[in-house]
Amino acid sequence: MTTQTTPPKSPDIPAAGAPAGLIGIPERIARALATGGGVLAVVSTFLAWTWTDEFPGDLTFYGYPGGLQVLVLIGGALTALFGLATYGVKGLGWLTPAGGDAALKLTSLATFATAWYTVLAISFRLGGVVNLEPGGYVVAVVTLAGVLGALALPFERPEPDPIDPEASRGERFRHDAAHGWHVVKASFAAGTPRPLRRLPASLEILVIVGILAVCLLVFTYGIGTEYDELFIGFLITAGFCFAALHKAGLIAHATRITARHQNITICGAFVAAACFPFTQTDDQYATIGVYILIFATVALGLNIVVGLAGLLDLGYVAFLGVGAYAAALVSGSPSSPFDVHFPFWAAVLVGALASLVFGVLIGAPTLRLRGDYLAIVTLGFGEIFRIAANNLDGTSGPDLTNGSNGVSSVPDLEILGFDLGVHHVIGGVTIGRFANYFFLMLLITAVVVLVFRRSGDSRIGRAWVAIREDETAALAMGIHGFRVKLIAFAVGATLAGLAGTVQAHVTYTVTPEQYLFAGAIPPNSAFLLAAVVLGGMGTIGGPLIGAALLFLIPNKLQFLGNYQLFAFGLALVLLMRFRPEGLVPNRRRQLEFHEEAAAPDVLSKTGA
Amino acid sequence: MTTDTTTTDTAPAAPGSGTPLLDARGVTMRFGGLTAVRGVDLTVNSGEIVGLIGPNGAGKTTFFNCLTGLYVPTEGEVRFRDKVLPPKSFKVTAAGIARTFQNIRLFANMTVLENVLVGRHTRTKEGFWSAVLRGPGFHRAEATSRERAMELLEFVGLGHKADHLSRNLPYGEQRKLEIARALASEPGLLLLDEPTAGMNPQETRATEELVFAIRDRGIAVLVIEHDMRFIFNLCDRVAVLVQGQKLIEGDSATVQGDERVVAAYLGEPLENDPGAAEAAEVEAAEAHAAEAEAADAEAQAAGAQATDAEAAEAQATDAEAAGAQAENPTDTAAGKENDR
Repeated sequence: MTTQTTPPKSPDIPAAGAPAGLIGIPERIARALATGGGVLAVVSTFLAWTWTDEFPGDLTFYGYPGGLQVLVLIGGALTALFGLATYGVKGLGWLTPAGGDAALKLTSLATFATAWYTVLAISFRLGGVVNLEPGGYVVAVVTLAGVLGALALPFERPEPDPIDPEASRGERFRHDAAHGWHVVKASFAAGTPRPLRRLPASLEILVIVGILAVCLLVFTYGIGTEYDELFIGFLITAGFCFAALHKAGLIAHATRITARHQNITICGAFVAAACFPFTQTDDQYATIGVYILIFATVALGLNIVVGLAGLLDLGYVAFLGVGAYAAALVSGSPSSPFDVHFPFWAAVLVGALASLVFGVLIGAPTLRLRGDYLAIVTLGFGEIFRIAANNLDGTSGPDLTNGSNGVSSVPDLEILGFDLGVHHVIGGVTIGRFANYFFLMLLITAVVVLVFRRSGDSRIGRAWVAIREDETAALAMGIHGFRVKLIAFAVGATLAGLAGTVQAHVTYTVTPEQYLFAGAIPPNSAFLLAAVVLGGMGTIGGPLIGAALLFLIPNKLQFLGNYQLFAFGLALVLLMRFRPEGLVPNRRRQLEFHEEAAAPDVLSKTGA
Repeated sequence: MTTDTTTTDTAPAAPGSGTPLLDARGVTMRFGGLTAVRGVDLTVNSGEIVGLIGPNGAGKTTFFNCLTGLYVPTEGEVRFRDKVLPPKSFKVTAAGIARTFQNIRLFANMTVLENVLVGRHTRTKEGFWSAVLRGPGFHRAEATSRERAMELLEFVGLGHKADHLSRNLPYGEQRKLEIARALASEPGLLLLDEPTAGMNPQETRATEELVFAIRDRGIAVLVIEHDMRFIFNLCDRVAVLVQGQKLIEGDSATVQGDERVVAAYLGEPLENDPGAAEAAEVEAAEAHAAEAEAADAEAQAAGAQATDAEAAEAQATDAEAAGAQAENPTDTAAGKENDR
């Protein structure tokens, strides 16, 4: 395409640059439709959508939204709010610092998708649209009207690339498709958020508390979803609404406020996480909570190795295993060859130390390699650990790990007379066994976060990042590359071992099969790495969110069954195509992958 | 005069020079059957700016890599402050030799200030535990490092861009940042590998000033460059490397006057080129006359034992002429990629 020609004249397409919507409805009607659609969707959730309670969530009541209706209600309410904000209603201006149209489109889509998903799910499960009550039809119609209105909102159309007039039909088609994709992307584009006014510190902290409360609420709701349909609806609503908030510029503002009070935000996040067991009535979901926390903590430890120092470690789960085995062996378990029962603090030390030693032993020979070679060798060592643990059963090797049966019946912990194995009642709320371990694990996560933050923003952290960026230049700057990398490797291993000591007690049993390279159940090396990459390398929030999603989705969507790994692979491919920097991008990495985006001139500290 | 290489003791004395800082003896570097550098001797005295020139592929960067521990010389040894240099590049930096790279190798996704702070690595001690525990010593060391880094950024003129990502800097400023990063390790000797490659004349001038300012801080500089005007303005001494061997070493006038240098850069005239013989004859005669003049001027200068104004002027014009001659190779050199 070397010849520059004028774009082909096509009368049916509105002139480029002129604002127009994807659908030809006048703007005033479109905006009214979108906003009204939101309001009516809210109203319709108070109607009955089906006649029988066979569909889970019981959507048969008038005046009492339940299950999926609540999600539609939230989506509709947000749509209405954004719609009113685009009308310039006083007091709602803060909602749309980056313009409200894109947000309105996305929330409309969220409402539409959730509502239609619900309606279709009802029809399929109960066998036909005949099972819908009038409310079901109403919600389908109003959300469809709303989304049509929202898509008709005008936006700046991008100029089509000039096309070679001699292009073949295939080339023409490809060109048109690319242009169409650009137009769709442009229709959801938002402006740059206007700068945030500095609020009084107390007010900003209040905002942070509010944000954290919302996060806790969303997370608790997601964990507590009882059936597949509700969880899928939750994912749809949450995904679209998050995108809408992002387009509205609210996320950017929230990030700026939290960045101003980083320590308060992190402390607040831990307080919010500690509130989680108190929102649960039984131990069922606290179990998921503690497993997510173990997974997330290990992922965060891996983030030091991969995200900061840039060492691709594919056998990281072995360190978790070493920690778990060490703690289990000294826990007084009947299947342990050592007849000792260490107190918890000593077991933690033993577990961390064992992982540290193992990390240095593996790191010392392998860290002389670079890039892909390191990945392959660590992958090998991860498998060696698992196979060795399998074979140290007294027949094919010394009796240490009890072979494939593992170390079983690991007793519950007792810390300062507080037995973590039984439930306690604190302030009228029953705190069960898993909730106890949740608190303990939270403490370990706090340690890992502290180590990550502090080491990331220091001489050693800068050396890690420098080695990741350019090893030759880093060496020429006087950085002892091997030693610095070994420190990163050892720190990562120790933190994983720390998490392993708790994991041994939570799961009662430690077997080699828990520490695979890839498997259906996290944590395993592949999922750990995926959590880091998916969430965002070099950030704290990224691996936590990535781990939560990677644990929750397979856990909640049981019907995926054998297709779970396939779905996981597909999701990973799509994510890497459209958002290679991860869900919570490190600002540096975002620049790396999206050069066309306006570069912020000023950056904050390493790893922040 | 044209054949024997001038030794260091005839070079004009730079302020504060005298004690040899870097002493490379018989450095030979072989890669399999290829000898990239063959028996090169080079001395850099403290407070001196020494240039290293040579056509593309002459082995300049290889020689640099031998000096900085990236390569271990096959034969010969390099002494720095009377100690044999360790064979690891980070130890060389710790010993006091800092370098920049021919193709810029900044830490692209770190801020300007962080880049310089990485350069401070060898001069600070805080390890992992200190970073996690954050005692008063950590905060003190961090503050000192930051202060020192900011000071260096001000020195190269990047103080106002401390928080920018280094990848977003324009080319010339990236070069400056590389120098600031190298200076952060508090070196005794700074090795610059083509610091003005791809720069316009104004930027080259600024770099020249910067190198003089670095020399005035008591840091000796060894610089590889293709820009003849730059090198002859800057350097107290120039060594010429051709096909891995040192051809000549001496002050600017000596090197410029040497016809082998010109031949190495511009190539020998073709043998069967019609009219080449006459042209060569004329040239030789002219060169001879010019040499005689130059020799006279030098003799006078030496006799007067001072920097004679006239001699200096003659040198300056010579330098300009040589610079003009060398313009073509400079252009081709600018696009040269890293040969490592």
